Amino acid sequence: MTAYTLGLIGAAVTLLVVFEMLRRRMLREKYAVFWVFLAVLIAVVAVFPGLLAAAARLTGVQVPANLLFFVASLVLLAVNVQLSTEICRLEDRTRALAEELAMVRLRQDQAERSGAGRR
Amino acid sequence: MQLYVVDDNISAKTGAGTLIVIPALNEERSIGRVIAELRRSCPQADLLVVDDGSTDQTASVAAQAGAPTLILPFNIGVGGAMRAGYRYALRHGYDSVVQVDADGQHDTSYIGALLLGLRDCDLVIGARFAGEGEYCARGPRRWAMRLLAVTLSALAGRRLTDVTSGFRAANRRAIEVFAEHYPAEYLGDTIESIVIALRAGCRVSQTPVAMRARTEGTASQSPLRASVYLLRACAALGLALVRRWDLS
Ligand SMILES: Nc1nc2c(ncn2[C@@H]2O[C@H](COP(=O)(O)OP(=O)(O)O)[C@@H](O)[C@H]2O)c(=O)[nH]1
Ligand SMILES: [Mg+2]
Repeated sequence: MTAYTLGLIGAAVTLLVVFEMLRRRMLREKYAVFWVFLAVLIAVVAVFPGLLAAAARLTGVQVPANLLFFVASLVLLAVNVQLSTEICRLEDRTRALAEELAMVRLRQDQAERSGAGRR
Repeated sequence: MQLYVVDDNISAKTGAGTLIVIPALNEERSIGRVIAELRRSCPQADLLVVDDGSTDQTASVAAQAGAPTLILPFNIGVGGAMRAGYRYALRHGYDSVVQVDADGQHDTSYIGALLLGLRDCDLVIGARFAGEGEYCARGPRRWAMRLLAVTLSALAGRRLTDVTSGFRAANRRAIEVFAEHYPAEYLGDTIESIVIALRAGCRVSQTPVAMRARTEGTASQSPLRASVYLLRACAALGLALVRRWDLS
């Protein structure tokens, strides 16, 4: 199997998985856009290996594949950092919700108790 | 709602408009005793237990003792629990908040002294090592405490010897800051909260207190973890100093 077909298969599988997840509502468009964009990029590099070679020459990287790995790991790192910040935001929000919920529950409790006392 | 009469009598005045917040995690064996003790030593103050997702009977024991209890649906840490407490205090118009541990380590007879300190400060820390009591730490844990104390004293422009103490009193000004920003980070509930108060322009001081040995259960520190604690304390302090908060 050549790098060409391998790249194309990779791109196709990514697109299929993303599409299926969208269909099952497991992934929101907001997040899908990025993966679709990435799959298309992989396909382009697979179809036109000259692009990668040219980029390697430009950046002075001797083996084009190394440039690919380097860029790929940077992209994955960036995605992970982005997801971590997203999780932080969600945690902050659940924490705030938990605090509010506890306060509402206490207020309701007290209202019920004073209501029962009056009756 | 808080209704109180301003009185020249000190003991009546210190109790007026004060909310005592007790963060509790699995303290069913001591919470009842702490509540009873608080009722005796601070009859004018209102109590609020913040049960932080305890898996034991903490909440029902507190309710049986008649203390209003905020029941958090899951554990969010002392920082989150205390922020909820400060929010509650702000919404209900309290003019001071005292934080007391649920494990019975804090001697509630010192609460009056903490509240007195609020006359010329916004946040008063109840400090061990400041002359009272016999509590004594050794090794890396002691070094960590020293480092933290020296740095925060410099920031506060006042001697602070025990910045990890959870025994403290806050006035309206500090309540407003803490209702908005009370960090959930590691050590955030102690060190970073002091840094935040200072950066928001609050005056921070301390008053000596004695602390008891834990009456039930185990403290969250073991000797082995002391070195890790030192490292994490340094990291927490460093971050607290540079972190961006929207403090007005
Ligand atoms: N709300 C809340 N309280 C906690 C948590 N962990 C400990 N506490 C309470 O905070 C207080 C101090 O805890 P402790 O383990 O005794 O800390 P130490 O005295 O500094 O060793 C006690 O009242 C605990 O019940 C938590 O995750 N959430
Ligand atoms: Mg304790």
